[in-house]
Amino acid sequence: MADLSGPTTAPVRHQRPLSPHLQIYTPMLTMMMSIAHRITGVALYVGTLLLAWFLIALASGPDSFATVAWFMDSILGKLVLLGFTWALFHHLLGGLRHFLWDSGWGMDHPQREWLAQGTLIGGIVLTVLVWAAAFALR
Amino acid sequence: MSDNPRHAKNEARRVRYLGSAKSGTAGLQHMRLTSLALVPLTIAFVWLVLSLVGRTYDEVHEIMARPFPAIVMLLVIGASLYHMQLGMRTIIEDYIHGEHLKDWSLAANLFFAVIVAVACVYAVLRLSFT
Repeated sequence: MADLSGPTTAPVRHQRPLSPHLQIYTPMLTMMMSIAHRITGVALYVGTLLLAWFLIALASGPDSFATVAWFMDSILGKLVLLGFTWALFHHLLGGLRHFLWDSGWGMDHPQREWLAQGTLIGGIVLTVLVWAAAFALR
Repeated sequence: MSDNPRHAKNEARRVRYLGSAKSGTAGLQHMRLTSLALVPLTIAFVWLVLSLVGRTYDEVHEIMARPFPAIVMLLVIGASLYHMQLGMRTIIEDYIHGEHLKDWSLAANLFFAVIVAVACVYAVLRLSFT
């Protein structure tokens, strides 16, 4: 994004009009999904630390791997991984929705509403399926 | 025309930092490209993680050292860390307006992504080659 804060040579800041922000609008599903896309993105950003921890521990040897395995098998660890799984699928489906929008399709009223609902439900369904598979495999 | 926005031959709007930055679409394009790459890579990643559930250290080590899982992991790491760095950059530029805080946040974002990427790549290669 370009820097819109004004010329750095002149310290005078012009009073630019501000666009209305979140608190002005009535909450809607499409808006909440947009916010959720950002929040899941940030969560996955932080979650890469978990992936790094897992890979480094695995490369370090059985003792450090045992610590990661213990954490991921704990209640807290499972909750974190469950959240990670949901964030991953929610963000993935949100990305697919963006591809549809990039093609010019799906911005009108009925389509954008059921795209939002589909993303929300799809993310939850995929998370449940993956965790059902994980419990079946262990 | 010079690339230096303060150059005397530039239009006033560029001198005043109100003109085009000339490279604004690169971020968007790279975001879309990494998104496209991450669709199959995420599915492969989830599949790989599921194949590790319930296994012992030796089994997990052996699977992760195979060529296909290692290559998938390297691609996942590269694409996702670059993708998330771009995403966080957008968030910082949207919400942080203080000149210094914004610059330091952007630097920290880049350093975080590079450090996590290098650590993950190092670990995957070590699993494959030791």
